[in-house]
Amino acid sequence: MDTHQAEGPAIRVQGLEKSYKDLRVLRGVDFEVARGGIFALLGSNGAGKTTVVRILSTLLKADAGTARVNGFDVAGQAAGVRESISLTGQFAAVDEILSGRENLVLVARLRHLKAPGTVADDLLRRFSLTEAGSRRAATYSGGMRRRLDIAMSLIGNPPVVFLDEPTSGLDPEARIEVWQAVEELAEGGTTVLLTTQYLDEAERLADRIAILHGGRIIVNGTLAELRRLLPPAEVEYVEKQPSLEDVFFAVVGADSQGREARANEK
Amino acid sequence: MATHFLGDTAVLTGRTLRHVTRSLDTILTTVITPIAMMLLFVYVFGGAIDTGPVSYVNYMLPGILLITIASGISYTAFRLFADLQGGIFERFQSMPIARSGVLWAHVLTSLAANAISLVVVVGVALLMGFRSGAGVASWLAVAGILVLFTLALTWIAVIPGLTAKTMDGASAFSYPLIFLPFISSAFVPTGTMPGPVRAFADHQPATSIVNTIRDLLTERPVGSDIWTALAWCVAILVVAYVFATMAYRRRIS
Repeated sequence: MDTHQAEGPAIRVQGLEKSYKDLRVLRGVDFEVARGGIFALLGSNGAGKTTVVRILSTLLKADAGTARVNGFDVAGQAAGVRESISLTGQFAAVDEILSGRENLVLVARLRHLKAPGTVADDLLRRFSLTEAGSRRAATYSGGMRRRLDIAMSLIGNPPVVFLDEPTSGLDPEARIEVWQAVEELAEGGTTVLLTTQYLDEAERLADRIAILHGGRIIVNGTLAELRRLLPPAEVEYVEKQPSLEDVFFAVVGADSQGREARANEK
Repeated sequence: MATHFLGDTAVLTGRTLRHVTRSLDTILTTVITPIAMMLLFVYVFGGAIDTGPVSYVNYMLPGILLITIASGISYTAFRLFADLQGGIFERFQSMPIARSGVLWAHVLTSLAANAISLVVVVGVALLMGFRSGAGVASWLAVAGILVLFTLALTWIAVIPGLTAKTMDGASAFSYPLIFLPFISSAFVPTGTMPGPVRAFADHQPATSIVNTIRDLLTERPVGSDIWTALAWCVAILVVAYVFATMAYRRRIS
């Protein structure tokens, strides 16, 4: 199947509705994601971000509305959608009993690639997991597990990648590692749909941001456009205090495990 | 997608088989209960049970084999439930693969894991004096019935594996299955049981299956029991498969 057949936007969602029993989670969601770049779907817990992602990745059927991914309809052309996407869910979906490398080989085999071993080794290198590659994924730290998870999502170069709250539950360093991985992904031309409840994450990563609230998209635009929704900034003189993040990295510095591991492998 | 079904199922089965070979304790806990029961029945209770000319270990082995399978399949539910919890099930479902291969991989792995457990239990029975002069054809028939029974129970196990809310819920369903052989001809001839119990024992699946396997292993002519046994296995298999497929549909829609 030609995963690049479709022209037009990478994702087009129109009038999407979904209820769980009496709870109306999505009440008519509309948005489009252009090809390439990072689109952030922002919302509080329970806003329905995951529901949107599950519908787009053919895991859940919508009650009403249409959604197309890479030109394929999620309801009628599910196979085409699955050829085009990759999903990284909220909980790092890695096989804990297999080693990191075996996890990658498994996905490469399921994507029917020619040289699964080479694909796995390349990704281990790219995500600084070469040394840990032969260890069981159960022994990985949260950040390593996420990196492995994202690496698994890249196998077969799907044009659209869904990252559902990729940094939830991670420590600040692991978060930055994941951010770097996401940025690299987008630089390679992949369309990334990212859901997050962290405003700074959306601000840092996304080209466009949509806010899902009350079952609808209430705003959608670039960060600059979103900023214009508020009255123009007033100039105030404020003493610049270092953020807690600045302090954390200044104190922890290069002694921290994650960075050391990365540095060693380079 | 159909073209990938065999290949994808093979890859996924390889994955779950690794789960079995890397946690051999699951095989151990599967066989330890049947082996303990075998020791208890043969060396403690067995002397007081009259099984005619058949030695007691020969008499009760078929029932022990069913118990082995019943305790083995709870790991299938466990492994399936763990896949759902961990999110890897959803990862597979969102990939361009033959989706039902995910379930079949668990079913095939269940067959393999139970086969290993059964071989271990038969091995211990041999040490305890179990002997059979049955020929290759009879052993193949026994293996066939055990495979069919494992398949039937495995599809039952798939249902809680897909629908359970907790890990305990996913594996607790197997307890009644483990106890079913006790109210059958597996350990005591049903003739000694009081009326209603005997009526239940004579007409539940374990009795016909146990009788068939026992007849095959003790080189006696197999009566109509084999047809009853096969009918039970196929009926359970079909019903469980239908319900498991429904649970699966609900899970992926």
